[in-house]
Amino acid sequence: MPDTQALVMTFLTSLKNATARQTAELLRSVISQQRVPYTNQAGALIDAVKAVGEQLIAANPVELAVGNIVRRVLHIIREEDLSLTTAAIGELNLSAVSDDENDDDRDGNTTLSAAAVAAAARSTLRPPSLQTLLEDTPVSAAVPQTSSSGGDSEGKTADKSSRSRKLKHDVIEAVNELIQDIVTCHEQIAEQAVEHIHQNEVILTLGSSRTVSEFLFAAKEKKRSFRVFVAEGAPRYQGHLLAKELVARGLQTTLITDSAVFAMISRVNMVIVGAHAVMANGGVIAPVGMNLVALAAQKHAVPFVVLAGSHKLCPLYPHNPEVLLNELRSPSELLDFGEFSDCMDFGSGSGSPLLHVVNPAFDYVPPKLVSLFITDAGGHNPSYMYRLIADYYSADDLVVQRRAIAGN
Amino acid sequence: MGAQKKRAAAAAAAARVSEDPDDLARQPLQAILLADSFTTKFRPITLERPKVLLPLVNVPMINYTLAWLEAAGVAEVFVFCCAHSKQVIDYLENSEWFSQPNFTVKTIESHNIISAGDALRLIYEQNVIHGDFVLISGDTVSNMSLTQALQEHKERKKKDNNAVMTMIIKKSKPSPITRQSRLGTDELFMAIDPNTKQLLYYEDKADHSKGTICLDKMLLAENPSISLHNDKQDCYIDICSPEVLSLFTDNFDYQHLRRHFVKGLLLDDIMGYKIFTHEIHSSYAARIDNYRSYDIVSKDIIQRWTYPYVPDVKFCGNRATKLERRGMYRALEIEQSRSAQVGSFTVIGYGTKIGSNSKISDSVIGEGCTIGSNVLIEGSYIWDNVIIEDGCELRHVIVCDGVIMKAGAVLKPGVVLSFKVVIGERFVVPAYSKVSLLQQPTVHDSDEELEYADNSSGTVEFSSIQGTADQSNGEMTSESSEAHKPKLGTGGVGYIWSICEGGQEEEWRHSVAPIPEDKLTELSEAMDDDQELVTQDRTALSTSGELISDSNASEGDDNEDSKDDSVYFEKEVEATFLRAVEENVKVDHVILEVNSLRLSYNMTSADCAGAVFYSMMKLAIKTPHSSAIGLLTLYPSPFSMVASNAYPIYLSGELQQNTANIITTWQKLLKSYLLEIDEEIEIILKFEEMCLESAKEFSPLFARILHILYDKDILQEDAILRWADEKEGADESDKVFVRQSEKFIQWLREASEEED
Repeated sequence: MPDTQALVMTFLTSLKNATARQTAELLRSVISQQRVPYTNQAGALIDAVKAVGEQLIAANPVELAVGNIVRRVLHIIREEDLSLTTAAIGELNLSAVSDDENDDDRDGNTTLSAAAVAAAARSTLRPPSLQTLLEDTPVSAAVPQTSSSGGDSEGKTADKSSRSRKLKHDVIEAVNELIQDIVTCHEQIAEQAVEHIHQNEVILTLGSSRTVSEFLFAAKEKKRSFRVFVAEGAPRYQGHLLAKELVARGLQTTLITDSAVFAMISRVNMVIVGAHAVMANGGVIAPVGMNLVALAAQKHAVPFVVLAGSHKLCPLYPHNPEVLLNELRSPSELLDFGEFSDCMDFGSGSGSPLLHVVNPAFDYVPPKLVSLFITDAGGHNPSYMYRLIADYYSADDLVVQRRAIAGN
Repeated sequence: MGAQKKRAAAAAAAARVSEDPDDLARQPLQAILLADSFTTKFRPITLERPKVLLPLVNVPMINYTLAWLEAAGVAEVFVFCCAHSKQVIDYLENSEWFSQPNFTVKTIESHNIISAGDALRLIYEQNVIHGDFVLISGDTVSNMSLTQALQEHKERKKKDNNAVMTMIIKKSKPSPITRQSRLGTDELFMAIDPNTKQLLYYEDKADHSKGTICLDKMLLAENPSISLHNDKQDCYIDICSPEVLSLFTDNFDYQHLRRHFVKGLLLDDIMGYKIFTHEIHSSYAARIDNYRSYDIVSKDIIQRWTYPYVPDVKFCGNRATKLERRGMYRALEIEQSRSAQVGSFTVIGYGTKIGSNSKISDSVIGEGCTIGSNVLIEGSYIWDNVIIEDGCELRHVIVCDGVIMKAGAVLKPGVVLSFKVVIGERFVVPAYSKVSLLQQPTVHDSDEELEYADNSSGTVEFSSIQGTADQSNGEMTSESSEAHKPKLGTGGVGYIWSICEGGQEEEWRHSVAPIPEDKLTELSEAMDDDQELVTQDRTALSTSGELISDSNASEGDDNEDSKDDSVYFEKEVEATFLRAVEENVKVDHVILEVNSLRLSYNMTSADCAGAVFYSMMKLAIKTPHSSAIGLLTLYPSPFSMVASNAYPIYLSGELQQNTANIITTWQKLLKSYLLEIDEEIEIILKFEEMCLESAKEFSPLFARILHILYDKDILQEDAILRWADEKEGADESDKVFVRQSEKFIQWLREASEEED
């Protein structure tokens, strides 16, 4: 697929400012251009998505949202396949073909083996939680209906081709829904603003996040009057921009330095911040300086609330997140190269630099410091995060590596 | 038909519109990348591989440049390949650069090009550049954003069609001790108009021994303000208008971009073309010019100044590398012994093995290297597939692909091992030596021009060398134990290049190794000496000044300040004059300088005349100091008073001759201050004073020199006569010189009477 390859290349080059939505759109076009074989369509789609996903993730491993979306799309394909096979099983049960044949000859009759695998996966994948149980009942109830309405009327071959089309179609539908979710996640989070921000409260935030600003605006629009302290978020000083926006919306704003957070926290009712990613254990990868704020908030028992769209939920557990999930940026954000050039003259002295500048982009906030997550699906406790993640991702996709899966 | 017509009309309209500068701005940005530096600084490595393909932190240099060009929004790049063009083209064809969307890379190949100027002329002939373009060489690392510089360039171009080039500069302080920038290049002096950012002066080969640079006085006359910088670094990134190419074609003797083109444009402003500068602050840009800059830029990359062009971010097919704490970059599949110590700011490439108890710090290790146990690597650059056996020591060296170091070999700082060299067991390679499989090409003169000539024959020469090298290679392996045993130890293969004459001194400047301590102390001592010399001069001046002021004080001690002023003024004039004599400054210029001094010290022209005359006489005394008595006459101190009395006869003839010479040469200068008789009298009085006090050597010659001055029309007879008249009523002691010149005065009086 030269076209998709070109698309992937352009995407890779522009990955520096890639968003979750762009990833989803890219994957949608990958799926729509992927020619689905007669058998094992889901497998082909999964392979195609994984191939692209692998490239995307490798291009910038720190941008976790990209990996999240790849896994979400994989999960969608599996889900859709599952729902179609359950429908097929229902149909096959009706036409009364024995299961034994299929177990012997998997490759020959993939539809059935896929069904068997999916059925097996289904039980392992989604351990019965309250939510899955609630979600599942209507689906399983709905499946026989579709099969009975669609399957009976057509012949078997026609049914298969329509099924392949149907799978792709359904997947694209679902991906579209995902894109829609990503687009509207700010609004959905912002809708909950009034429940959390009360009259005459003082809110502290650090740096700038679109989710946070929308959240605050939503509360303001609902006639809540409150004050906002904005920590500037050195060295990128995004807080300055946020302060400007807030003032433009008529919010009483106080701009403080990051180092003043501890001094101000005792006057604050709630800390509301955005996140770069939320890990499976409920830990947060957030702009640098956030851990400081979280610790200060804990010290003064101020609720520390993290806003994150569901695409920011990452199914991985953080291992050494301060280093491995961090991005060290250029020292020039901290100091002027020209002024310090004589400190970095390696020509004299031992030849090794005496001045080191470390400029990490992110902080890791451990889950115990977070009071509440607000996602587009509502508010959650940090300890509930793994459960939420299990709903969005399938366990097979945690490692997006095509070969390992293809070998099995 | 109608449609066709319409289309034609539209095309015509488009053509018309495209003349509009706004539309020009929308033209895709082009770039010329010179994949050849046209120098020989990276020899012997560049004999086998072009400089742009040398790995810089495990990625070929050209990738940094191309990645930056792409990110900066350049749509089309012409890569100009000359030396080893095939290697460059092969590399590019196999790389991902040819398959990028919105970014085309085209190669232009030529073998008989010997300089950047020729390359640009060739590109001009090909007629591929249509608008503004970025001129860069393939060894430049940058992460700056071009948008602002480009916009500035375009706006200037719109206003002034002669603004043909914008040069990117960056602040970087040069080392005060070694007089070179941190990149190892010479200290650069630039004069920039602070308002328009126009470049007015560019000098990268300033003569430090004198400690002066020369600015054309027209610069000062024409520009309201000039700021002179020595703390700017030239990034060698230029945004050029298409005129630049035609300029190169018009001036076929332009070879070097800076030395000829920039200086040429700045010096002869016949065409009125202007060069502007754009200073970048937060972003990074540097060109790798020599081994030192290779070292420095590598360290900057590891320190992430070039972000996002750093090893752990993928930008051009570099292998996935993880950044760990303390700036340790590690690729995948590394075998590292538990006891090996890998220090901070180290990069280790894919598939490298490190043995036990080895220590590595501040170094870059390439892919597939095998490092034995108990090896010490410090500040070194080790490229791919190098085998280092147990117990080797490497400090601040460059080791190219495929080198084998046998057990216990030691590389002293500054060593460069070219491709596939084998260093024998326990062999110690001396500091700053360069080792290659190829023999050193016949040494040319270290003349600048030959750098190009050298290069022109580079390809031809190279092939012949290759042949012989292959032969000798074969021989070497067979008889290496005998013939080359003394060269590189047992089993060693390769030649140690002799450092060309005169180069030895400079070797430490451009090497990867830090400047050795003793050199630094030597240099700083030399600098201190210079300073001491200056201060000594000062003290010498002030002592002599004090002497005079003392004598002044004896005459009339009313106003200390004005006295000091006049003393300083005299000293300044004297210094100016002496410098003028040394450097052969034109008389007009000296007059200008003395006048400015006069204004700044608020002196009369009589003072000027006195001071100038004083300095001339001083010079006359100093001139014979090449002979034995020089030392004594140098200082007009009590010491010399004694001495001068001892040598009056010996001096008189020579001194008179000297004085006559100097007066003849500089009479114009003196005359310009002798507007009236008063000034002339002032001179005589001054002379008298000198003869009495500071320069008694003249006292016996007073009458004769007076005569010379009269002959040269410097003094008119009226002045002399009035001086004589004034002295009539003075003390007897004051009359010494009047009496000495009595005959002359007598003669003058008679002459004037006769005329009457």
